[in-house]
Amino acid sequence: MQPGAQSRFTDHGSPIIRTNSSNEFAPGASEWPDDISRREFLRLAGASLALAGFGACTKQPIETIVPYVKQPEEIVPGKPLRFASATTLNGYAQGLVVTSREGRPIKIEGNPDHPASLGATTIWAQADLLELYDPDRAQAVMRGENISTWNDFLREIDSTLQAQRSGGGAGIRILTEAITSPTLISQLQSIQQRFPNSKCIQWQPIAPEIAVAETVYDLTKARVIVALDSDFLFMGPAALRYARDFSRARRVRDPASAAMNRLYVAEPTPTITGSNADHRIAAAARDMLGIARQIATRIASRQRSSILKGETKYDSWIQAAAEDLLANRGASIAIAGQTQTPEVHELVAEINRQLGNEAVGARIAKLPSRPVNQLDDLRQLVQEMGQGKVELLIILGGNPVYNAPADIEFASALRNVKTSVHHTLHADETSRICHWVIPAAHFLETWSDVRAFDGAVSIVQPLIEPLYANISTHEIIAALVEQPVRSAYEIVREFWRERNQTAQFDIEWRRALSDGILQNPSWNTSSEGAEESVAATTTLSPASSEKPSQLEILFRADACVLDGRYANNSWLQELPRPFTKLTWENAALISPELAAREKIDNGEVVELIFRGRKLKAPVWIQPGQAENSITLHLGYGRTEVGRVGKDCGFNAYTLRTSEALWFGDGLTIQKTGQKHSFATTQHHHTMEGRDFLRTGTLAEFRADAKRVAHSQEGPARDETLYDPNEYQNRGYAWGMVVDLGACIGCSACTIACQAENNIPAVGKQQVALGREMHWIRVDTYRSGNIDNPQFNHQPVPCMHCERAPCELVCPVGATVHDDEGINVQVYNRCIGTRYCSNNCPYKVRRFNFLELNAGLSATEKLAKNPNVTVRSRGVMEKCTYCIQRIEAARIEAELENRSIRDGEVVPACAQVCPAEAIIFGNIHDPNSRVSKLKRLPTNYGMLAELNTRPRTTYLAKLRNPNPALVISEQRSVNGEQHERT
Amino acid sequence: MNALDRSLITDHRSPALSPLGYPTKLLTGEQTFESVNKTIGSIVLQGRQPRSWWVGFIIAFTLLMIFFLAVSWLLIRGIGIWGVNIPVAWGFAIVNFVWWIGIGHAGTFISAILLLLFQHWRTSINRLTESMTLFAVACAGLFPLLHLGRPWVFYWLFPYPDTMGVWPQFRSPLVWDIFAVGTYFTISLLFWFLGLLPDLATVRDRARRNWQKKFYGVLALGWRNSATHWQRHQIAYLLLAGLATPLVLSVHSVVSLDFAVAQLPGWHSTIFPPYFVAGAVYSGFAMVLNIVIPVRKIYRLQDLITLRHLNNMANVMLATGLIVSYGYFIEAFMAWYSGDIFDQYMMTNRAFGPYGWMFWALMFFNVLVPQTLWSARVRRNPLTLFFVALSVNIGMWLERFVIVITSLHRDFVPSAWGTFFPTVWDWATLFGSVGLFLTLLFLFMRFLPMIAISESRKLVAEPQKAITP
Repeated sequence: MQPGAQSRFTDHGSPIIRTNSSNEFAPGASEWPDDISRREFLRLAGASLALAGFGACTKQPIETIVPYVKQPEEIVPGKPLRFASATTLNGYAQGLVVTSREGRPIKIEGNPDHPASLGATTIWAQADLLELYDPDRAQAVMRGENISTWNDFLREIDSTLQAQRSGGGAGIRILTEAITSPTLISQLQSIQQRFPNSKCIQWQPIAPEIAVAETVYDLTKARVIVALDSDFLFMGPAALRYARDFSRARRVRDPASAAMNRLYVAEPTPTITGSNADHRIAAAARDMLGIARQIATRIASRQRSSILKGETKYDSWIQAAAEDLLANRGASIAIAGQTQTPEVHELVAEINRQLGNEAVGARIAKLPSRPVNQLDDLRQLVQEMGQGKVELLIILGGNPVYNAPADIEFASALRNVKTSVHHTLHADETSRICHWVIPAAHFLETWSDVRAFDGAVSIVQPLIEPLYANISTHEIIAALVEQPVRSAYEIVREFWRERNQTAQFDIEWRRALSDGILQNPSWNTSSEGAEESVAATTTLSPASSEKPSQLEILFRADACVLDGRYANNSWLQELPRPFTKLTWENAALISPELAAREKIDNGEVVELIFRGRKLKAPVWIQPGQAENSITLHLGYGRTEVGRVGKDCGFNAYTLRTSEALWFGDGLTIQKTGQKHSFATTQHHHTMEGRDFLRTGTLAEFRADAKRVAHSQEGPARDETLYDPNEYQNRGYAWGMVVDLGACIGCSACTIACQAENNIPAVGKQQVALGREMHWIRVDTYRSGNIDNPQFNHQPVPCMHCERAPCELVCPVGATVHDDEGINVQVYNRCIGTRYCSNNCPYKVRRFNFLELNAGLSATEKLAKNPNVTVRSRGVMEKCTYCIQRIEAARIEAELENRSIRDGEVVPACAQVCPAEAIIFGNIHDPNSRVSKLKRLPTNYGMLAELNTRPRTTYLAKLRNPNPALVISEQRSVNGEQHERT
Repeated sequence: MNALDRSLITDHRSPALSPLGYPTKLLTGEQTFESVNKTIGSIVLQGRQPRSWWVGFIIAFTLLMIFFLAVSWLLIRGIGIWGVNIPVAWGFAIVNFVWWIGIGHAGTFISAILLLLFQHWRTSINRLTESMTLFAVACAGLFPLLHLGRPWVFYWLFPYPDTMGVWPQFRSPLVWDIFAVGTYFTISLLFWFLGLLPDLATVRDRARRNWQKKFYGVLALGWRNSATHWQRHQIAYLLLAGLATPLVLSVHSVVSLDFAVAQLPGWHSTIFPPYFVAGAVYSGFAMVLNIVIPVRKIYRLQDLITLRHLNNMANVMLATGLIVSYGYFIEAFMAWYSGDIFDQYMMTNRAFGPYGWMFWALMFFNVLVPQTLWSARVRRNPLTLFFVALSVNIGMWLERFVIVITSLHRDFVPSAWGTFFPTVWDWATLFGSVGLFLTLLFLFMRFLPMIAISESRKLVAEPQKAITP
């Protein structure tokens, strides 16, 4: 060290500097010994270094790593475990099998044994996983603004209950959502016994009437289906079942024996069901009654050709539907949607009776009761709350402050309640007003039981300890009648033990847990307290309007966030809505005719005035929308919500009153002159005369099966400069077939892939820039007349081209083929030139334009699949055919010294598909399902003429139109074109 | 306006002109060796720059700082700060890359090809254009690196012995790019420096200040003006010119293969290599004019860079511009003639789609405006020529935009179609790179002789060489 340096040290000792520095820094931090010499400095430094070694001798706190004394059954580190459980959709069970890795659930699949799942899941069940790990969940018991404890709550509730005892609990009200849990129902009954004057009320803004929800159809037997404003393939407790049966009944493989059912749909706004129809008409919701009446009349009178007075616009459709129904007595079905009026339901039931369709459906399951009229109960509750009669209100789930009808002033009445308790997964609008907020346990964290649409009961079993101070629904209800409170496990188990006191109980209980469904029919509670509930007469909208040009408002559950409960779920927010392909928000859907009439542009903000209430909403012009109907999707415009759901969309509940829960007349719109920009994933919905989505009719298929797919084969295999037999010489050659005829367009594949492959959501802004990350997208194309187009869906994953254009252009060889024909992406090697994406004709590659996985919360990290790399900024990614699943199957097979069996590898998209539209397997095995499908005449490769030799191929979509109607439709289409030209 | 300028415009039969109407001497005025030395050398040695130099430099330097800002933010956040997306995965970065590479063509073309063709008029402008080439290629070279998702591993593009055992994928045109651009830059640099050597020595010998003596002394590499030096220098110079000549054709051909090799409609076209080379020379000459016209005015170099130079460059521009226009025509024709629906749609979309206005702007700037060069009055008027050249530069940038973006944004599958909108960072990088280019150019003009002194002296010594063949 130079002398200069030494003097610099001593400078620090000068009084001025010392004063300054001692003010600036913590005491001792800036002091320097006055006259330290160079030697002394080195000595000190050396000593520090030497002494630092002694630090190692300090006794560290003991942390033991101990193996299990008793190794729990089945637990092998690194091996996933699967447990049966169940989630609910509007109260009804969807059986699940949940995969757990090292104690954390990472993937949800359907339970093949469960009647409401059959191995598939809804998009919501997939997203439930993210819901569990949502860092914005309610995490602590809150009393007002302060964190409290469960014991504090118990203490306070106890004193409240003591006070209530004398009055028989006259001031106690329990508000739940739709519930089917036998244990919970019995618990509520026991409260009723303890406090005879208390009341239980149910409110779920989008739950179907019980009569609708529990009418079960057997679509396998139906040759003709007529659906009036019903989205039975997508919404509703049996949707997965229906989707499976429906697509199976349309599956044709052999031209000789080909048969398909035929679906007629009349609906005001495009739905998944409508898009699968053979004949769809866009009719206002208020016209459904007239349509139902006409069909009923025709069937009753059996007058096939008589023309009745009425809406002539739909005449040919009505005629054809009625005739087809009549021609298929006993093997046809009419279905009315949950949004329709009781009158329509009665007419439809009458139609089914007349036709003798009992074998096909219309069975009202006799199931435990629940309040018949949610709306009246809610209205009464709010009245009592307003009058100050309610001393203790316990809200179990749900968010009534946000989603109660606008004319029922729930929020202000809630402020009059002496003690209000909100038991909820997320702190929301209701929690904000309630005195107590109890964080609810997610269904993956606690025990419960639920019932499916057909009465089958599943036990909900947890896979993980509650992440926070979460309380189960059963526990909070138990707290009202018993203290100390038993655990949810004990409550549920005891409930079932009481019903089966034999020695067999333990075995059967374990079997129920393992199967995910209670097999013992004696356990079925459906005989208890059954109540005929067909007579449910909620006063809905007035039946029909005299003025057809009057605008009609429609309220519909959002296809992703439903009633708003999934508003904080980024997977669902970013999942494109089926027809608009909108993400992250809702819009007022209007028809192209209305837009032209009112001169409204897409994205223009209009003011909707409905019965004195006003709401500003951006407009989305949606072909297929009924001319004078405007659809608003519920579930948006949340104000008290986590980080994800903030500032998304507008709140349609502000217009939704109890007289018009689903639709109503008297809407007016006013232009505001403002513009809004949407974030959509598909901007172009016509095919521009290209033919990568090939369709045909059943008749064409029978006549000439090859012509349907008009698959002129791609160039011959040897038309290449390279080895023509590349990737052809090994045991496995992975390939996929997507059956467009089966695909209903529900997007479950997209979200399942997202969950399996650690695909991040990117947010509205990035989607608007065109940077969504989904590895498999569902394209929706329109064809035909713009006012009532035909919709076709096409899932597009990576094609795994044998001559992959992406591979040729990568300068670093980051995308290459493996020897089984999978086009793999080597993330570590990728430098991000994005040339591969440019050269991919299918545009299925996705790029990490930004660091999308930075700043994940600790819980969000838990949701990641450990078998799939989490990609960093600047690398390309895409569908891998779930290569991790292939490898898992390979390990399994090699251990058993055999080859991988057909069907052993199921990619996430194929596994979740309710319609079995995605089939994966080894195309070298001539007997594999995928090989057989690839030999079908309808099989074709998308853009195969580019000589990409795609491994993913499609089966052309077939429809089964009514020949009588086809001619008239063509005539009308031609007439239309004529007018336009 | 000097005597020659006047004579060119007013009196075509002046004895100072050859029978074809060209001036008989390239250098006008009464130039001696020392006057040439002074005119050029004093700019470097005196250090006092005209006010317009300072104005220009400050503007350029500000833009350069914007460039640094944009690049820093880019490296911090990732290329998501730009407007690129799927399907338009290549945006401004590639447009700018191709544009700069094109601009970097004129220098070598002028220096090497014209040298080999004994076009002595090149002497006055070759140094400036060579420098321009060098700086343009430097700007261009930055873009492919910056546009990478992970720019810090750009070296994986090079074949080097890697412990991971990986190797570039040589079928990819991006690897060819690395070699093409790398070679071009190296040769251009050597050629430029070799030409500079005698001049550096001249400046060194006249330098008064200490730092100047050291600075130019080191750079001059001990040049003593001996006959041996000259003999070897000339051989090396000629050899390098010979090496550089094919590169002029190859570099942009290879760049064009980035597009032509892909199967994207609008990219997949066999006409791309010649059409790109013509476009490159076209834009290169346009940029030379855009720089030379103000420079000769500011530094009063009208005697060295004469109207004849401008006229010749305008002629080259006209010729290459016609080739480029032919390219546009053939692209449209082939799209129609191929009968391929994707190609046909691409062409329709290019002209009438969301970016149609850019296509028509391109036609205006690149095809229509340069037709004025048929008129000698436009060619010989520095002001009009400046604007025509500017139009070509804008047009050529638009051309690259049209090729890259409109082809990508609507390709095969309509569901995947999208649009591209540049962000503020896209613009910042584009204008910032112009700042980088101009800053380098201004510094070059300040510190290095911008006209080849030795070659100009040769013209003084051998005036007969200056006569147009």
